Amino acid sequence: MSSPSLLATRFAALRQAGRPAFIPFLTAGDPSLTATGELVDAVIQAGADVVEIGFPYSDPLADGPVIQASYTRALRAGCRLASLLEAARTWTASHPETPFVAMAAYSIAYRRGIDDFLAGLKEAGFAGLILPDLPIEEAEAVRAAATARGLDLIQLVTPTTPLDRARSVAECGSGFLYVVSVTGVTGARRELPQELIQQLEQLRGLTTLPLCVGFGISAPDQAALLRPHVDGVIVGSALVRLLEQERPWPATVAEVRRHVAELRAALGP
Amino acid sequence: MSTRLSAVPDAAGRYGRFGGQYVPETLTFALRQLAEAYDEARSDPEFQRQFVHLLHNYAGRPTPLWFAERMTAEAGGARIFLKRGDLLHTGAHKINNTLGQVLLTCRMGKQRVIAETGAGQHGVATATACALLGLPCQVYMGAEDVRRQELNVFKMRALGAEVVPVHTGSRTLRDAINEAMRDWMGSVATTHYVIGSVVGPHPFPMMVRDFQSVIGREARQQCLIHLGRLPNVVMACVGGGSNAAGMFHPFVDDEKVEIVGVEAGGAGTGAGQHAATLSHGSPGVLHGSLSYVLQDEDGQTADVHSISAGLDYPGVGPEHSYWKEAGRVRYEAASDGDALKGFELAARLEGILPALETAHVVVKAMAEARKRPADEVIVVCSSGRGDRDCAEVARLQQARPSG
Repeated sequence: MSSPSLLATRFAALRQAGRPAFIPFLTAGDPSLTATGELVDAVIQAGADVVEIGFPYSDPLADGPVIQASYTRALRAGCRLASLLEAARTWTASHPETPFVAMAAYSIAYRRGIDDFLAGLKEAGFAGLILPDLPIEEAEAVRAAATARGLDLIQLVTPTTPLDRARSVAECGSGFLYVVSVTGVTGARRELPQELIQQLEQLRGLTTLPLCVGFGISAPDQAALLRPHVDGVIVGSALVRLLEQERPWPATVAEVRRHVAELRAALGP
Repeated sequence: MSTRLSAVPDAAGRYGRFGGQYVPETLTFALRQLAEAYDEARSDPEFQRQFVHLLHNYAGRPTPLWFAERMTAEAGGARIFLKRGDLLHTGAHKINNTLGQVLLTCRMGKQRVIAETGAGQHGVATATACALLGLPCQVYMGAEDVRRQELNVFKMRALGAEVVPVHTGSRTLRDAINEAMRDWMGSVATTHYVIGSVVGPHPFPMMVRDFQSVIGREARQQCLIHLGRLPNVVMACVGGGSNAAGMFHPFVDDEKVEIVGVEAGGAGTGAGQHAATLSHGSPGVLHGSLSYVLQDEDGQTADVHSISAGLDYPGVGPEHSYWKEAGRVRYEAASDGDALKGFELAARLEGILPALETAHVVVKAMAEARKRPADEVIVVCSSGRGDRDCAEVARLQQARPSG
C-alpha cells in the first residue's frame, strides 16, 4: 500500500490535538482565479485545516442560491476548467501540508473523461474530490480510478439516507464522510436539527472515517455546538455570501479572514 | 438481436449506456420510493382504470387519426395522417402525463405537487390535474418565460396554482428544472415533483414515456383498424421528447416502421442558435441523467434557441439517445423558418393551427411524403394546438422579408 493520504494524515493529527477540522468552501474563479488564490491564502492563515474548492457549474442541483450565484459569477468571469486547474496547482504548491478537495458536478468530470479529469486533479495537487451528483450506484468505476491515482473520493450521507445505505455509502468513500446536516440544499440556517446529533452517533457505529458536517452552518455558536460530535465542520454559503457585497477587494479578503478565524476559534485551541 | 428494443430501461434505469440517476444523495431515497410506488401502480388494474377513465372522459381520448388529404395532395406522394393531440383538453399531449403523475401523487399519499414549465403548457396541464384532484400546486417558471407567456401564467393562477418566477441562470426552462429539483430536495417527504418530459433521473423518463405511450398505442391500433396495416413512417417533434417517446415507443419493435424525430434547428448550426441536441450535442450529464446534451468542452450547458419555447431545451430524454445510437430512430432538424412554413401550411391546407413545436414536423413530413409512393402511410404526431403561438407567429411573419 502507498503512504497515508494527505487527508488521513491531517485528520490523524487533529484527532491527536483533540479538535475538529475547519473546512471552508471557496468557489474557484469568483470573482477571478487570482482573487480565489488570495482567499485561499487568507483562509489558511486564519486556520483552515482543509480547503474545499467548488468548480463552477452552469446547472448545479445540490447547491443553494448563494453558491449558484457564485458559480454564475465565476463562469461569466470566464473561469474554465484548464485555467482553474492551472491556478489550483499554485495554491496547493504554496500550502503543501493542507489537503485541497475538489467539489465538481459529474457533468464536468464526465465531459473531460473520468481518467483525464482525475489526472488533472492529481496534477493540480488535489487530495480528494466530491462529486455531489454521483450516487454510489454509479460511483464504483470512478472510485476505483480515484483510488488508483491516490485521490480520496469523498461520499455524502444525508438525513434521508437510511442506516443500511449509509453503511454502503461509507464503504464506497474515503478521506472523510460528508454529513449533510439538513434535507435540502446548501445555505446558511440558524438552527441545527436535533436528529443530526443522533445520526452522527449512529454513523460512528458504522465507519471509522472522519465525520464532517456541512450544509447550513454559518455561525461560530453552531460550530461550537457541533464540536464534541464531529471531526470537521464545512462552511460554504456563509463565506461565499461575503463576496456578494460591494466593497473594496482587500476589505472582502479581510472579512473572509475574520469570519474564518471566528469559526475556527469556536472549534477549540 | 434477441432482446426487443422496447424492453428498456433496466432496473438501474439504463437505456443502453444512457439514463441512470445522477442526483444528490438526498434524492436517491425519494427516487427509489417513487420507482417502487410507480411499479405497484403500473401493475394495479384499479390505478390503470382510473387513469384510462380520466384520459377518456376528462382529457378527450382517444384522439382521431386524421387523413390530411389536402396536405397529402400538396406534398404529392405518401398519405399523411395526423394524430390529433391538439384536440386534447388544455391543447396538448402534456395532460396525459400530468393526469398520470398527479393520480400517482394521490396514491403515494403526498399532499403537494411541484412542477417546472417552459412555455407554460406543462404548467397549465399540471395545474389542471391538481385542480381536478384537489392538490395544491406550485409551478417554477423562468422569469423570462413568465414575461413571454402571460396567458399561460394567467391560466395557471386561475386554476389555483402558484407560479414561482425563477431569476437564476438563464431564467428559462432549465433553471426552472434546477429550482424545482431544489424545492424537492427539501420537501420530498410531502411533495411529488411532476416533471414535464422524458428527462431527469430514473424513473421519470420511463414513467413519463409510459403515460405518454397512449399516443402511439392508439395510433398503431387506428392504423391497423382503419388502414389494415402499420404505417411506413412515424414522425414527431423532439425537445425533451415526451410526445415523441409516447408516439415512438409502441412502434420501436415494428422493424418495418421507420421512425423520424424532428428537433429544433433554430436559426443556424452555431452554438446558441438552435436546440437540436441529438443532431449537434454530445453525451453528457444534465438534470440527473446521462444523455445527449448541448454543452461546451468543460461540460457546461450551452445556451439554446428555438422559435418554439417547448423545444428550447439543451437536453433530451435518455431513451432518444438510446434510439439514436441503436440506429432505430433518425433525428433531423427543422429550422425556425421551416416551423413558420409548417404553421402556415397546416393552417391553410387542413384548417389546423398547430403549436410551433408541431409545426417543425409538418414541413419534414411533407418532404418525406414527396419521396414516397402514394400507397405509403406517414403518421405525424400533432402534439398541440397553436392558439398560444399566434401572437408570436404574427410578429415573426411581419419581421420576415417577403418573397
